[in-house]
Amino acid sequence: MTIQSPSLELGTALVQPIAAAAGRGYWQSVARRLRRDPVTLVCAGVLILLVASALAAPWLGLADPYKTSMIRRLYPLGSPGHLLGTDELGRDMLARLIYGGRLSLFMGVTPVVCALLIGGLLGITAGFVGGKTNMAIMRVMDVFYAFPSVLLAISLSGAMGAGTENTLLSLTLVFIPPVCRVSESVTTQVRGFDFVDAARASGAGTLTIVRVHVLGNVLGPILVYATSLISVAIILAAGLSFLGLGVKPPEPEWGLMLNTLRQAIYVNPVLAALPGVMIFITSICFNLMSDGLRSAMDVKA
Amino acid sequence: MFLYALRRLIYLVPVAFGVSLLVFALVHLAPGDPISAIVPPDAPKEVVDKLKEYYGFDKPLPVQYFRWLGVTLTGDFGTSIGTGRPVASEVASAFGNTIILAIAATTLAFTLAVILGTAAAYAKSRIVDRLVTLISLVGVSVPHFWLAIVLVIIFAVELGALPPMGMGPENSTGWRLDSAHLAHMVLPTIALSVIPLGVVTRTVRSTIKETLSMEFVTALQAKGMSDAKILRHVLKNAAPTCLAVMGLQAGNLIGGSILIETVFAWPGTGFLLNSAIFRRDLPILQGTTLVLAGFFMLLNLTVDVIQTMVDPRIKRG
Repeated sequence: MTIQSPSLELGTALVQPIAAAAGRGYWQSVARRLRRDPVTLVCAGVLILLVASALAAPWLGLADPYKTSMIRRLYPLGSPGHLLGTDELGRDMLARLIYGGRLSLFMGVTPVVCALLIGGLLGITAGFVGGKTNMAIMRVMDVFYAFPSVLLAISLSGAMGAGTENTLLSLTLVFIPPVCRVSESVTTQVRGFDFVDAARASGAGTLTIVRVHVLGNVLGPILVYATSLISVAIILAAGLSFLGLGVKPPEPEWGLMLNTLRQAIYVNPVLAALPGVMIFITSICFNLMSDGLRSAMDVKA
Repeated sequence: MFLYALRRLIYLVPVAFGVSLLVFALVHLAPGDPISAIVPPDAPKEVVDKLKEYYGFDKPLPVQYFRWLGVTLTGDFGTSIGTGRPVASEVASAFGNTIILAIAATTLAFTLAVILGTAAAYAKSRIVDRLVTLISLVGVSVPHFWLAIVLVIIFAVELGALPPMGMGPENSTGWRLDSAHLAHMVLPTIALSVIPLGVVTRTVRSTIKETLSMEFVTALQAKGMSDAKILRHVLKNAAPTCLAVMGLQAGNLIGGSILIETVFAWPGTGFLLNSAIFRRDLPILQGTTLVLAGFFMLLNLTVDVIQTMVDPRIKRG
C-alpha cells in the first residue's frame, strides 16, 4: 500500500519517443497487444463485472443492504435466503458486498482521476516551462514527499474529520506529488528531443507542441502508473474507513465492513474476512492491468 | 562524501520548513477552533477566552506559527490534551515500540526479498520465476490490515498458538527480549512485512535480471569466472537501486504501521496517532506526524548518502 515512485533519479529513460505522426498506429498496436494478453483480459473482465454489479445493484433483486434484523445476526455462509450469510446487525452480506463496491470503487478511482488532472497539469507545466516555475512546483512537491504516504493520508483525514469528502480530498492530495513527478520527468525528457525543435521550427505553437508531442508521450507512462495507483487508493481508502476515518456507518463499504465485523472473528471468522477478499481481488486486478498495460505500451518504469 | 552529505542536509532545510508549515496547518484544518474540542459546549465565554490565551490561539496565525516553531525546535511538543502529559515523552515511548516492530519486519522482508528476487532472476525454470512474481504481486496487492485480521483468525482464534494482541503479557510494561514478548511480535511482524516484501522482491528481481544481461557479465563468463564470483559483481551493481527502494519501504513501513498497530493494539506511534484522532488530541497528532516525517526525511537522506558511497558512478550535487 505504498506509493512506488519509478526510479527517476538514476536517469532511466521512461519513454522511448513516439513519433507524433505514428500516434494512431501506436495505440492500435497497443490495443492489439492487449487483446492477446489473457491475464489482462481476465482482470479487465473481473473489474467490469465488479463495476457493473455495483452500478446495477438496485436491479439485481438483492436484499435491502440497510435492513437490520436482531434475530438473524451472523448467519454463516450458505444460509437459506442469505447466500453469504448476514453481518453483525443481521443485514444480508451478499447485498452489502455488492452495494459496498459502489463506494469502495468510487473512493479508489476518484482521487486518482483528480490527482491525474491536477498533478499532470502541474508536472507538464513544470517540465515544459522549466526554470523558476519548475523549481517552485517541484519544491512544494518535495514537502509532500517528506511524509510517508499513509501517514499523510491519515493525518490529513484525522485533522479534517471523518467523512467521504474529506477522504477523497486527502487521498487526492497524497497522489498529486507522485503523478506530478512522473509527468514532470517525462515532459523534461520529451522537451529535449529533436522533434520538438523540428515542430517549433516548422511553426507549431506551444499549445500544439504540448498537446501533440508532450501529451502523446506522457500519456503512456502516466496511464500505467495511474492504474497501479488505483490499487493503492482502494486499499488506502478502505484502510481509512477501517480506522473510522472514511465512510460513516451504516453505508456499506468494504473497509468499514471489515472494521465492524472484527467483533465477529470468534463467532464466524470466514464471514469477518469476506470484505477483505473483495478489496484484495480488486487491487490485484488493477495491479495486473497495470503490468499488462506496461508491457503493451513498452513503458519502462 | 562528507561535503555531499552536508549539502544534502542543507537542502533539507527548506523542505523541513515546508513540512513544519503543513504540520502546523493540521490543527487549523480541523473543523471548529482547537479549543472547542476540549471544553464542553456550554462553557462560559471567559473560560474559553482564557484557554485560548493560554494556548496562544488568540494571536494571528503567523505569530502562532513562529511561536509554535520556536517552542517545537527546543524539543517541547506541548502537552497532550487527553492525558495532560508532555507530548514529547508520549511520542518517544511509542516511537521506540514502533521501531522494534519495524526492525523485525524490515529484516524479515528484506532478507526474504533478496533471496527470492535473486532466485527468480537466476531461475532457469519458469515455475520458480512465476511463483516469485506471484508472491510479489500478492505482497503489493493485499490489504495488509485484512491480512492481519486473517492471521489473528488462523493463529490466535482457530489454533490458539499465538496471542492476538498487545506487546507482551498483561502485567508487563515495556518490551523485553523474552519468549512471551517475542510471541506477541510474530503476527504483527508478518503482517507488516508483506508490502515491503512484495515491492523489494520485485525490484531485486528486475534489477538483477537487467544486470545479468549486461555485457560485463558475458565478459566475466567468457574469461571463466565462477558463478559465485560473478554473483558478487552482479549484486554490487544491483545494490544502489535496491537500496533506494529498501530505504523508501522502511520509511513507509514506519509511517504506515498505523493500521497494523491498530489491529494488534501494539502501543506504537500508529496506535497513539489513532487514539489521538478519536480524542481530538491535536498536540499529539501534530507531534507524532512531525516526528515521523522528520525520521522519514533523515532516513531518505541516509539512504541517499549510502547509495553514493556504494556506487561511485552517481555523482550528485
